[in-house]
Amino acid sequence: MVPIAIDNVTLEYDTPAGKVTGVKDVSFDIGASEFICIVGPSGCGKSTLLNVIAGFLPPAAGEIRIDGKAVKGHGMDRGVVFQDFAQLFPWRTALGNVSFGLEMKGIPKAERDKIAREQLRLVKLEKFVDSFPHHLSGGMQQRVAIARALAYNPSVLLMDEPFAALDAMTRDDMQLLLADVWRATRKTVIYVTHNVAEAVYLADRVIVMSAHPGTVQADIRIDLPRPRDPLSLEFVDCQKQLMRHLGHKVSGNGAGH
Amino acid sequence: MQDAATTISAREAPGHSPGRAASRLRSIWRNVFPFIVVGVLWEIVAISGIFPARLFPTIETVARTFFALTANGILPHHAIETLIRLLSGFALAGVFGVTIGILMGRSRLAEDIFLPLVSICAPIPGLAYTPLFLLWFGLGSFSSILLVGFVSAFPVIFNSWTGVKAVKEIWVRSAHSMGADDRRMFTHVILPGALPYILTGLRLGLAQAWRVLVAVEMLAAVPWGLGWLIFGARKFLNTDAMLAGIVVIALIGLLLEKLVFQKIENYTVVRWGMVAA
Amino acid sequence: MSDTIITSAPKTGASKNNVSMSDQSKGRRSLWRAGVVLIIAACCYEAVARSGYFAPALMPKLSLVAQTFVAMLLDGTMIEHSVFTLYRVMFGFLLAVLVGLPLGILMARFAAVEGFFLPLVSALMPIPSFALVPLFMLWFGIGNLTTILIVFYAATFPMMFNTWSGVRSVNPLWLRAAGAMGADENALFWKVIIPGASPFIITGLRQAFLRAWIAVVGAEMIAASDWGLGWVIFDAKEFLNTDVMLAALVVIGGIGFVFEKMVFGSLEKATIQRWGMSRVAKG
Ligand SMILES: Nc1ncnc2c1ncn2[C@@H]1O[C@H](COP(=O)(O)OP(=O)(O)OP(=O)(O)O)[C@@H](O)[C@H]1O
Ligand SMILES: [Mg+2]
Repeated sequence: MVPIAIDNVTLEYDTPAGKVTGVKDVSFDIGASEFICIVGPSGCGKSTLLNVIAGFLPPAAGEIRIDGKAVKGHGMDRGVVFQDFAQLFPWRTALGNVSFGLEMKGIPKAERDKIAREQLRLVKLEKFVDSFPHHLSGGMQQRVAIARALAYNPSVLLMDEPFAALDAMTRDDMQLLLADVWRATRKTVIYVTHNVAEAVYLADRVIVMSAHPGTVQADIRIDLPRPRDPLSLEFVDCQKQLMRHLGHKVSGNGAGH
Repeated sequence: MQDAATTISAREAPGHSPGRAASRLRSIWRNVFPFIVVGVLWEIVAISGIFPARLFPTIETVARTFFALTANGILPHHAIETLIRLLSGFALAGVFGVTIGILMGRSRLAEDIFLPLVSICAPIPGLAYTPLFLLWFGLGSFSSILLVGFVSAFPVIFNSWTGVKAVKEIWVRSAHSMGADDRRMFTHVILPGALPYILTGLRLGLAQAWRVLVAVEMLAAVPWGLGWLIFGARKFLNTDAMLAGIVVIALIGLLLEKLVFQKIENYTVVRWGMVAA
Repeated sequence: MSDTIITSAPKTGASKNNVSMSDQSKGRRSLWRAGVVLIIAACCYEAVARSGYFAPALMPKLSLVAQTFVAMLLDGTMIEHSVFTLYRVMFGFLLAVLVGLPLGILMARFAAVEGFFLPLVSALMPIPSFALVPLFMLWFGIGNLTTILIVFYAATFPMMFNTWSGVRSVNPLWLRAAGAMGADENALFWKVIIPGASPFIITGLRQAFLRAWIAVVGAEMIAASDWGLGWVIFDAKEFLNTDVMLAALVVIGGIGFVFEKMVFGSLEKATIQRWGMSRVAKG
């Protein structure tokens, strides 16, 4: 829905041991309603970049512009799903967590319960609406977090490896769900992943980051028609191309996962 | 303090027990057995006459005194006075302690103002302030309540402060991105997030208030109160009355722990999985 | 708490406005503010003291308190009192460690020991140590023995209880891992259980000393025994020597602080924090 410009962003962490670079000189543009995947080796700064875009970390240099306006802190236009399981509020049930954003918007209880239930049904957790997070598995908690980010309908979705903890089957379902939600709502999505197949399945464009200190190494457009078939030749070719960029040795049938 | 007794029954192996009732009986017996052993040892020493009977009365004597003092209302009167002081002092500590602690956690200015004062006053054992309070505010109930409040406020302050600081950054960020304003961030995220610590603080504060109050009652010459009862009993060598008083003190301490705090914790932070049951 | 600024900055309302300030300058500002706060507090006290609203005997000027403090240090009385108090507290504390530590370990390792002692402990623990002072005075008279026993009683429970929970909470995964690597019972105990329980044991030591310190001052006050810091402040009340009382309070606070922060605090830093095992509960 809204375009995002990332302009020469650098972030440094101030630690007792000195400054640690999180990301360095990252620039790329994201079109309105585009689905972007960010891939890169562990520790290259993907989560850092996402936090800068979300407005939680002020960049040391450069700026982020959403719809032309420079980002100054967090805002309700961006929904975030963190990498961390502990992001749910332990004192609220699954339903309570999902309706939090709606509650902040001042939506009456009956209506927000309805929306939250619907979101939980979409992530296949309708049986667990009244469970507290510590009674849910890691993957279930992550699904609640996704429902929570979708429920209050932000125009940008920032997701940090949201499906990494899921089993292959559930992950496939969730990817399908996300692709559907994206097609229906036309949100701008920035999605961090380790998983090359996932990136090729979901993304319009894949940003490949280099190892620490992370910068943009490649910007690859995925032009496959949707819905995509992970078993098609073109899909596998795309995967191979991406893996080459990530520095993998790709043999005849290289697609992992 | 932890729930020692439940731990035992929870670890009871249900394996070979023929029935629920039998295993229950056995668990009661296991809990009672140590007291029987100690009781028998006590009786042997008491009857043997190593110590004068006035100083080391038998359990029957203590029990008789206990019931006599309960029946004529003296023991309940002492206990109620003590409880009123405890609760008033603890209420002071709870209200001021939680407020100050949360302020310190939320604002750097408040932290800079209160932390030096608190860190200077806290290392002095609470009881050491007694003479000062007695001089400034006179002997009696008022000083005792103030002192109990003052002393038990410290753990409440420290833990509320730590609790607010320990609220997970990721919760704050999630709530921010869902549009929580400052007020609702506080009521919906900071407060519940800090609750395990605040409850710990209140619990430690109550325990501290209880420990100090008994001693304060001895020193502050209050007209009624369990501390005064046992201290006064010393003058007339009424060891039986003293022991009866100590039994009541133990019972109240136990009840405070079991009834008040475990209930609150089970209902909140345990249910939320923020602390182990 | 995280030790990076960026992640901790948005936490407190006030610091939001100055995210750009470095950690160091913030620390300096806090130090500076602490100084101002203490000076203001001292001035307030002094103003009330000089106003004559309270009798000077009740609220001596700070200069007088300082004078008394120095005088008592120089003529050695304060040191003598401190030595008495320290002797009692250390004796009682060591006894408590000698009993509480092994008992805690035994309770955690042997169900029979646990079954016998746990009910007793849960019944005794809620009795404040001071409640036993009159009883012990009858039994053992006034003097070192009563005070030491009270200190012992107060310090044993936290020592034992923490050790017990520590040994019980040793991660079973570590035990299995060590067992798989061929550790026998002996090695398991010394190389896994004790280090694994050490955060709790150290917390136990710290809490036990804290209780011991509170107990010794209280017992000295109640069982008035002619020597010791607790006796000094209580005795000073009889003669309205508020300056002596405040001077002794400073010493009591100072000694408590040294043990709490320097001895046990640095012990904790050197062990638990270095291993990243710090615990949630505060004592
Ligand atoms: N809170 C922090 N304090 C200091 N340095 C940090 C912090 N968080 C991250 N870093 C540093 O910034 C770099 C990038 O970290 P980041 O978490 O963004 O990596 P990532 O790409 O998300 O890795 P992963 O795929 O493992 O999640 C890392 O090398 C790390 O050293
Ligand atoms: Mg990451």
